[in-house]
Amino acid sequence: MGELNLVVLVKPVPDPSCYDRIEIDPATGALLRQGMPAVLNPADKHALEEALVLKERFGGRVAMVSMAPDSASETLMEGLAMGADEACILSDRAFAGSDSLATSRVLAAGIRKIGPFDLVLAGNESADGGTAHVPSQVGELLGVAHLANVIRMEVGPGGSVTARTRIENGYIEVRGSLPMVVGVRREINTPRYTSLMGVMAAQGKPIRVWRSEDLGVNAAEAGMEGSGMRPGKLSRPDYRRKGEILKGSHEETVRRIVAILRAEGVLG
Amino acid sequence: MSATTEMTDYMGFQGLLTDEEKMVRATARKFVNDEVLPIIDGYAQSETFPSHLVKPMADLGFLGPNLPEKYGCAGLSNVAYGLLMYELERGDSGIRSFASVQGSLVMYPIYAYGSDAQKEYWLPRMARGEAIGCFGLTEPDFGSNPAGMRTSAVREKGGKWKINGSKMWITNGSIADVAVVWAKTGEGVRGFLVEKGTPGFTAPQMKGKWSLRASVTSELLFDDVVVDEEKSLLPNVKGLKGPLGCLTQARYGIAWGALGAADACYQTALEYALNRIQFDRPIASFQLQQRKLAEMVTEITKGQLLVLQLGRMKDQGKYTFAQVSMAKMNNVNVALETARVARTILGANGIMGEYPIMRHSANMESVYTYEGTHDMHLLIIGQEVTGISAFRAG
Ligand SMILES: Cc1cc2nc3c(=O)[nH]c(=O)nc-3n(C[C@H](O)[C@H](O)[C@H](O)COP(=O)(O)OP(=O)(O)OC[C@H]3O[C@@H](n4cnc5c(N)ncnc54)[C@H](O)[C@@H]3O)c2cc1C
Ligand SMILES: Cc1cc2nc3c(=O)[nH]c(=O)nc-3n(C[C@H](O)[C@H](O)[C@H](O)COP(=O)(O)OP(=O)(O)OC[C@H]3O[C@@H](n4cnc5c(N)ncnc54)[C@H](O)[C@@H]3O)c2cc1C
Repeated sequence: MGELNLVVLVKPVPDPSCYDRIEIDPATGALLRQGMPAVLNPADKHALEEALVLKERFGGRVAMVSMAPDSASETLMEGLAMGADEACILSDRAFAGSDSLATSRVLAAGIRKIGPFDLVLAGNESADGGTAHVPSQVGELLGVAHLANVIRMEVGPGGSVTARTRIENGYIEVRGSLPMVVGVRREINTPRYTSLMGVMAAQGKPIRVWRSEDLGVNAAEAGMEGSGMRPGKLSRPDYRRKGEILKGSHEETVRRIVAILRAEGVLG
Repeated sequence: MSATTEMTDYMGFQGLLTDEEKMVRATARKFVNDEVLPIIDGYAQSETFPSHLVKPMADLGFLGPNLPEKYGCAGLSNVAYGLLMYELERGDSGIRSFASVQGSLVMYPIYAYGSDAQKEYWLPRMARGEAIGCFGLTEPDFGSNPAGMRTSAVREKGGKWKINGSKMWITNGSIADVAVVWAKTGEGVRGFLVEKGTPGFTAPQMKGKWSLRASVTSELLFDDVVVDEEKSLLPNVKGLKGPLGCLTQARYGIAWGALGAADACYQTALEYALNRIQFDRPIASFQLQQRKLAEMVTEITKGQLLVLQLGRMKDQGKYTFAQVSMAKMNNVNVALETARVARTILGANGIMGEYPIMRHSANMESVYTYEGTHDMHLLIIGQEVTGISAFRAG
């Protein structure tokens, strides 16, 4: 087998360490992410690491693909610094409001535009949307085998693939062959630190931005129009504790406490 | 945002950085948070250098980072290099000192004054962390006045030199594979590369420091040490401008680094003051404590803008050693004062290793003295503005 054409799907997500800053617009019910730093979806860094290791072994190219606004280039720099060769941002107003299927259609079109591929790696699920739909949907749309929950993976010379996928009490070992779409879990590897050499090299790497017309995606396939699902109402869970302050003599209050605990089913 | 998740930025400092500079800082910050902060107190307490960090630091490109790519280095701008030093010293001055010596005091002179063969032999190895270097200028009797040095090198027959004398206070000395040694010769001060294991050369470690405890400090002893001219002599510099040129590079990094230590102390004190309750109120609500915090953040902010401007000028090749003196003098002083005042805010907790303050405070005593004492930098600035040297006789 020659060199590998590797694609990694990466999604910029709000930095999980800043979740306490997420606000919900009371009027529209939409998330307000202003001022929230974006990072690469954590699982996607593991997908990229897996791709970089394969590239080191077999040679080839690693392209990152992201459906995201133009401003995602700043976040994607981190992946370029880790060692990806290029980044393709699929960005168009028409993509706004895409559900996971519409997102997958756009991503599949982006992957096809890059050219023939051997392996598409993705995070198993995103830290924000978290549906875990995208890798399998992309696999279906591209008409190739796909695996989710992958925790270990080996590619043999000849393009054979042996992988382990996590199930509740163990794992399943799966054999197959390239091309394939694979969603990885974080236990698969430890992503490398970006080195300063990587940071410097990243400055010269290509970041392409493709619109819907570049991808040949029409309005009915993407965005609100192409989405069967609409997000419902967002609301903040009520974390306040119910409190009741008991007054009276010790004996009375103890009796009350026991009665309350019985009523709640805590005491038999 | 909790006080310790980001650098202190009161005046939009980060908005003045390029994307590349921001990424370099983020890389260094993550390394320090993950690898240095969890372990450094234990190493400092036991007076041990965390040598296991050398390889990861090399892999990340922290060693000689502003030297060119062709030697396996990152080729950073001077501002990016400064930001790296800031983050490393936020961890510990010993870690930053290791990187400063390796990069600015050993790799830099080999790069600037060495032969092609010397560069090709040493620089890639040192960038990969496979060889460690040290820089021997100070002697037991000559610190601020290196011109008086007694260590000598005499030309021998057959392309050899013989070195005699001793150096003291040498960072990395006992762990170094190669020492850059400055010695008097018939043609002025010259630099020599002396390899570990050369007969007559020993480097005993100096123990018992109360400062920079996570860094190795050593003597270098030369007893009829014979070296090969081609391999050892740095051909392209003569006179004290050789070592002084290296020191300018290292001092530049220290001016940035010291602020990292100051930042760690300030943020620790701020967080503590907000959480510590006395007289039913957070101590941060008392005016006396607010004054301390306000003065600290003001001085750190001024220091940041000072080094950033210096770095921009250095990147354009327009800076003077006297400007570097001002930055080193000011910012190390800021760090020392910040550490001492931060210590008072933490009360008794301030003396414990659980918090970084006492360690930084003790470290700053060394940083205040090495690479030109605070006084010497004042005198250099004085000489710059008056045209009169107050420290040289005559
Ligand atoms: C602010 C916001 C607004 C939204 N608005 C709508 C809306 O109006 N209507 C609606 O139906 N849904 C909306 N969504 C949900 C959105 O459809 C999903 O985020 C998206 O479809 C991807 O699904 P997921 O995040 O669950 O991906 P998952 O399937 O959990 O992700 C698995 C992996 O797929 C890849 N991946 C996923 N998304 C991308 C991407 N964009 N680019 C590259 N790789 C990717 C990554 O490798 C990721 O790790 C919104 C989400 C957010 C955060
Ligand atoms: C932890 C540590 C690591 C070090 N690492 C290295 C290293 O790697 N390589 C190396 O070569 N050196 C190293 N040094 C040595 C350091 O550079 C010297 O200690 C420094 O230059 C000061 O020299 P000194 O200690 O001999 O002090 P002195 O020069 O004796 O100074 C003592 C005092 O006199 C003052 N003074 C001196 N001259 C004047 C004057 N003309 N006018 C007014 N005041 C004056 C000084 O400011 C100081 O306050 C290190 C030192 C320490 C503490």
